[in-house]
Amino acid sequence: MHKSRTTLTVISLAAIVVVVQLLTHCAGKEYYLTQMIMAAYYSIVVLGLCLVMGYAGQISLGHAAFFAMGGYTSAILTTTSFSAAAGTGAGRILRGLGVFVERADLYGGQLVTVNPWAAFLMAMLLTAAVAFLIGYPALRLKGHYLAMATLGFGLIVYRIVLGSEFAGSSDGVTGVPEWRICPGLVLGGSTEYRVANYYLAWGVTLLVLVLLLNLVRSRVGRALRSIHDGELAANAMGINTARFKLQAFVFSAVLAAAAGCLLTHYNGGIGPSEAGAMKSIRYVALVAVGGMDNLLGGLVVSTVLTFLSLRGYFGTYDHAVFGVILIAIISLAPEGPLKPVAAWFKGFTVRKGG
Amino acid sequence: MALLDVQNVRHCFSGLLALDKVTFQVKEGQVKSIIGPNGAGKTTLFNIVSGIFPPSSGSIRFCGDSIAGLKPYQVARKGISRTFQNLSLFLRMTVLENVMVGRHIRTRQGFVSSALRLPGQIREEKAMREAAMVRLEELGLAAVADVPAGSLSFGQRRMVELARALATEPKLLLLDEPASGLNTREKEGLAGIIATIRSKNVTILLVEHDMSLVMDVSDEILVLHSGVPIAEGPPAEVRNNKDVVAVYLGGDFADASN
Amino acid sequence: MSEILQYIFSGITNGGIYAIVAVGFSVVYSTTGVLNLAQGEFVMLGGMVAISLLNVVPLPVAVVAAVAIVTLCGCILEMLFFRHLRSHSILHLIIITIGLSIVIQEVALHVWDEKVRSLPYFTGDECSSIKLAGAAISPQVLWVLGAVAVVVVVLQVFLKYTLVGRAMRACSANPDAAMLAGINIRNMRTFAFAVSAAMGAIAGCVISPISMTQYDMGASLTIKGFAAAIVGGLGNPMAAVAGGLLVGLVEAFSVMSGLPAAYKDAAAFAILVLVLFVRPRGLFGTRDAGSVREC
Repeated sequence: MHKSRTTLTVISLAAIVVVVQLLTHCAGKEYYLTQMIMAAYYSIVVLGLCLVMGYAGQISLGHAAFFAMGGYTSAILTTTSFSAAAGTGAGRILRGLGVFVERADLYGGQLVTVNPWAAFLMAMLLTAAVAFLIGYPALRLKGHYLAMATLGFGLIVYRIVLGSEFAGSSDGVTGVPEWRICPGLVLGGSTEYRVANYYLAWGVTLLVLVLLLNLVRSRVGRALRSIHDGELAANAMGINTARFKLQAFVFSAVLAAAAGCLLTHYNGGIGPSEAGAMKSIRYVALVAVGGMDNLLGGLVVSTVLTFLSLRGYFGTYDHAVFGVILIAIISLAPEGPLKPVAAWFKGFTVRKGG
Repeated sequence: MALLDVQNVRHCFSGLLALDKVTFQVKEGQVKSIIGPNGAGKTTLFNIVSGIFPPSSGSIRFCGDSIAGLKPYQVARKGISRTFQNLSLFLRMTVLENVMVGRHIRTRQGFVSSALRLPGQIREEKAMREAAMVRLEELGLAAVADVPAGSLSFGQRRMVELARALATEPKLLLLDEPASGLNTREKEGLAGIIATIRSKNVTILLVEHDMSLVMDVSDEILVLHSGVPIAEGPPAEVRNNKDVVAVYLGGDFADASN
Repeated sequence: MSEILQYIFSGITNGGIYAIVAVGFSVVYSTTGVLNLAQGEFVMLGGMVAISLLNVVPLPVAVVAAVAIVTLCGCILEMLFFRHLRSHSILHLIIITIGLSIVIQEVALHVWDEKVRSLPYFTGDECSSIKLAGAAISPQVLWVLGAVAVVVVVLQVFLKYTLVGRAMRACSANPDAAMLAGINIRNMRTFAFAVSAAMGAIAGCVISPISMTQYDMGASLTIKGFAAAIVGGLGNPMAAVAGGLLVGLVEAFSVMSGLPAAYKDAAAFAILVLVLFVRPRGLFGTRDAGSVREC
């Protein structure tokens, strides 16, 4: 029963993804696909945050930092030359393993950088480690203290990438190479790969959605929801609430980092604004509007709003829009706008039926 | 060997002595009640046994292992489950889901197997659901299985909490004022339920104010007054204990013995 | 030696501003239970409004008027958003203040654009300097320190000796009892916001010549002010001042000890995170207004 619900949902979404691509092709607006690709990757962050906020009931105001950690790690490892290190004994072993690769840089010189696969893996591991170290003490804090701790953490990461030379300071990192996933599928920004990248981005996003849908409908999902509804009682039922919260937090951080890596390769670079508080708050706003614990709602809302934002529909009021959304949703419908709407529908049909 | 062995527990809250020299045992298969006037320290004792906070001093052993100072989830894993006086259901989850949370410690599937929906996880999930339904059927709640717990009546919520606690398959069940808020009919039902639970080899320790229920179901009663035990024994003995009668001013006991 | 003194003065100058923001946090938190994360925006608004008014009125009038206007804004904000939303959880209210700070920033951006501006020095100009114990400091520094001292002293006197002040303390200690005693809690809450807005605006005016005023300066001030309030211990205005000075000094010393200036801000945030992890009730916090840790 549950399996068919998930399958139906995913198939419908996949169909929509295909239809959108075909429509843009027919309308000659294939450049829309670029924003759709970016929207997909940002939505992955929102989905992960949904798990943390909507299910485990923990707030994170610094999630953009994890996205940035993934992206920057990938970017730096694949653009810095490690020729010195590659010459050493350990370096030669890594080269043999394929961790280091040689490639030509823009000026015809030889660079020894890290293979994108290895860089991706290192980004995941680094982010998981940091998320664990931050989450372990932070998740023991209550509500507003947790909010401030995560906000503070996010700002620290932002300041580090903004102020460090190795991270390109305010210019960020550019020149991130394409990533050959498999023959015929290259993760990069060139228009010839655009359609393939679109399907890659959405394929990954739908995969993440499926994993999370499975998770929330399982014992783990129930444990998280029970922590949200009554942490003391959840403890009394034998649930190690601290560990579950931490696992959800680290898992969502790794998802964000993965999205960061993939988008960085697509964009060919990353900048410090990806780590900023504005982005973090934006993710929170998207989770809230989607309906805190509504994964599908979060995905749809995030895609639509991010797309509009990237295409510039909000003009110079871009940040303000998300600020207003946040205020409106939290004031009027903190559990997400869909529940009052659904309740209204129910009331309507009941009245009609008599 | 006693199932639960409490020795010399003493507890202070910022200088206020809540419990002192509390020593008692609970034997396997027993139904033991803790009674005493308000403020006697009964709930504090429960909170200490179930791990919500550690005692200032003293020892608590369960099946021979020391459990004083363990966290609540560790205590639960040892085989002690509890209900709460003020009810602590997961109100936004359905009744069935609440009871399935009770099955948590008897199951294993984690993040990876759940996300990937491995066959073992699917099987276990089905088993959890069935076991939870059985618990609900036993307590006559099968009809409301898919209703959000928050929309039930108080009496029904009590039953759901009980089902949830039983779903953990505890050796020792702590019931915190199970009769409070129930009407007479519901209380009579409760006595029957306690007897049924006991017949399944679950030991019960309960805190209660309702004297007739206590006299009816208990094998032994422990009386606390101002945090100190003043009597312990079978109902008939405790009922006639002069100190106990004095503490209660005879009122409750006069009613219960009629 | 004089170099160290230079850093110390820089530290306590900035620290004074953090202290005022922290005291604002403290007052609002004690009286309403809300952490107002738009606190830093009051500082920004104070400076910005004063700068605009400078076109039509002389400096002293501009400053006073700016403080009055921002105080009014604080009242309006409280009445609009918090009066009717008290049924929401504290966390929700805090998120609303975050949303508000974003909106205020964006409005400021549209009204004043992103240019960096400043008020003129209150006395002298950017070249004037006073020699104090071997360090050369701008007279504006004395204005800052003076303003901080006056604000804090006036606040303490107000809280201790006036009827309204005592009513506010009653609200923070026990809202229900205060209500029963006939104190109008809702007005007290608005008043708390007004007081913290006023303090922020004063800080904004007085620091403007030294640190400049820019539409997005509020955010990092809020965090540092919060860090200061937490370090000192929430709920205690004097502790907030100590916290502010401490944060300012740590920042100054981090630069002095060779940390690249770009990381200066990160140092303050790191203190916040560290304190939250290690000693959430702060240096001087006594009983916690609601425990910080989960079970």
